[in-house]
Amino acid sequence: MRHRSLLILTTALTTGALTLTACGSRDDNKGEGDSSKKTTVVIGVDAPLTGSLSALGQGIKNSVDLAAKTANKNNEVPGIEFKIEALDDQAVPASGQANAAKLVGNKDVIGAVGPLNSGVAQSMQGVFDKAGVVQVSPANTNPALSQGDNWGKGELKRPFKTYFRTAATDVVQGKFAAQYLYNDAKKRKVYVVDDKQTYGAGLAAIFSAEFKRLGGKIAGTDHVTVKETDFSSTADKVKSSKADSVYFGGQYPEGGLLSDQIKKTGAKIPTMGGDGIYDPAFISASGVANDGDLATSIGYPVEKLATAKTFIADYKAAGYKDPYAAYGGYSYDAGWAIIQAVKSVVAANDGKLPADARAKVVEAMSKVSFDGVTGKVAFDKYGDTTNKQLTVYKVEGKVWKDVKSDTFKD
Amino acid sequence: MHELPQQLANGLALGALYGLIAIGYTMVYGIVQLINFAHGEIFMIGGFGALTAYIALPSGTSLLVAIPLMIVGGAITSVAVATAAERFAYRPLRNAPRLAPLITAIGLSIVLQQLVWGLYPDAKKPRSFPEIQGESFKIFDNLYLQRADAFVLVLAPLCMLALGLFVAKSRSGRAMQATAQDPDTAKLMGINTDRIIVMAFAIGAAFAAVAAVAYGLDKGQINFEMGFILGLKAFTAAVLGGIGNIYGAMVGGVVLGLAESLSIAYIEEIPGMQQLGGGAWANVWAFVLLIVVLLVRPQGLLGERVADRA
Repeated sequence: MRHRSLLILTTALTTGALTLTACGSRDDNKGEGDSSKKTTVVIGVDAPLTGSLSALGQGIKNSVDLAAKTANKNNEVPGIEFKIEALDDQAVPASGQANAAKLVGNKDVIGAVGPLNSGVAQSMQGVFDKAGVVQVSPANTNPALSQGDNWGKGELKRPFKTYFRTAATDVVQGKFAAQYLYNDAKKRKVYVVDDKQTYGAGLAAIFSAEFKRLGGKIAGTDHVTVKETDFSSTADKVKSSKADSVYFGGQYPEGGLLSDQIKKTGAKIPTMGGDGIYDPAFISASGVANDGDLATSIGYPVEKLATAKTFIADYKAAGYKDPYAAYGGYSYDAGWAIIQAVKSVVAANDGKLPADARAKVVEAMSKVSFDGVTGKVAFDKYGDTTNKQLTVYKVEGKVWKDVKSDTFKD
Repeated sequence: MHELPQQLANGLALGALYGLIAIGYTMVYGIVQLINFAHGEIFMIGGFGALTAYIALPSGTSLLVAIPLMIVGGAITSVAVATAAERFAYRPLRNAPRLAPLITAIGLSIVLQQLVWGLYPDAKKPRSFPEIQGESFKIFDNLYLQRADAFVLVLAPLCMLALGLFVAKSRSGRAMQATAQDPDTAKLMGINTDRIIVMAFAIGAAFAAVAAVAYGLDKGQINFEMGFILGLKAFTAAVLGGIGNIYGAMVGGVVLGLAESLSIAYIEEIPGMQQLGGGAWANVWAFVLLIVVLLVRPQGLLGERVADRA
């Protein structure tokens, strides 16, 4: 009977393990050794380099790497050699926190780019704030990260002075999506699904509020669990609710499957989502034709910006294995913002890196302003980007096509 | 309740998939009392094997021809990996304390996942898998059966029937039962128990490959992580049905699948339970069911075949 207790133990373990689904490797990238007399400044990178979001994470890492290499090649900051140290957070908040601690422990790290996920950012902000290290996220969109937990009530209060982002918030994105779906796509009855994560649930709530304000109706709501793959029961609920559209707050692995399974029930309605589903993998994930599905993403299409031509060409020339993906341009700008802040700090200190460089860089960050890959890069008093350009994309013939680009007006 | 037949069909199809994977857990546990946590990865590797077979076929091959070949390709891959795992990871630990092979299985699971992630081309993102094209079958007004669901609902009972006959009637099957009851005596009676154990791993892996093909045809994609959650669910199904009992695995799978799909659809319609319904709570209800069943029937729904062994 000895193995009976073992069986019960493993059953209990299974229950627990369902929520702890991460296992993976670490992908350290410290760049090549360099022993010249230049001062080395390390830009930390934290992103999911493995796991199902690695397509986005690898694009972030490579783009920051490109920014550092470009700065070194052009001698952007004389006397300073930029390097990156990329850590893998697997989209898990606890890993992000450990990575943040590792980065601030390295005295050469002057700033960090990342992470991808808003939930991971929550666990990293405190660590960077305590150490006074600047953090620039290319992709976090949850408003609370820069405007405090009570942003919904209109009480904006910046919680961490070290936190900046080049991505527009979900307030902007969710409202923009609701306005498009109601005014341009003429949808009136939407079914809202989210993945219960900081990003997805927040985005879905903002979208729902704006859609109702415009006069639309919410036909029903449901939630899915990240990393699950069978959403057929939810799909059938969507179908029987007679909704004319679906809004999904979450990421592409679940979004693609959900869209696919809704269409397989015979409901010919589009699924819309945020930048989390704006990825080629959304289309390949949802096998059958999902033409008509919509996504909003921050900024104008990188391919269409005149300022992005050099970035795209340089990225190609650098021969990275993975594409720059949805956040490449924002990551490059985030990295470049840190480089510009370092440049102004060094220039104010007779061309040398001051002893309190970390604190000086945080100060300099709020004054950074330059024309980046994604347009004008500058930060407001909360650390949010002043760039509020958004684009709606639509799946047409197995690719995302931009259908509407606009600057968000409240 | 208009969509009840549809939700039952969803639950049955999901449950049949769980059941096919659960066979692997239950066969191995029944014979060597090992919970092979790497079995979810065997399932995943079966999927990649099947995809490789599909890619190797000339393009334009009809799915009717391709599917059997994909099952064969997937089964060859998964059986090869499973038997290698048995030979090199588990057999040396056969007489070690029980926790050693359990931890080995968890480690092996991580290794296999990372190997596929790192070595299979483009496996870092979901890879698309051929889907069965065509409209769903309309059975009633409120019941559409998707082609991929029909596939698994036909295939799973056939596989079970074949396995049941094999275990009950064939010489090897009877040797398997003998080994499960008492490996030492079975050995004394001239049964090559090592061969029987390898066979249990191989049969479980072949069933997992069938499940992986069914999964791919339904979802239109496979990815390197897919074995983890499905493996846990299938293990749960095996425990629910009575681990060590092959019919129990299928029954447990179906009960688990139905519990999930019905709880997503109906818990929120119970007055006062709105907050506890929907997809977010499906796993909670599935495990509540498991706990209740284990409280009432600790041996699982159909009972452990090997319960008398201690």
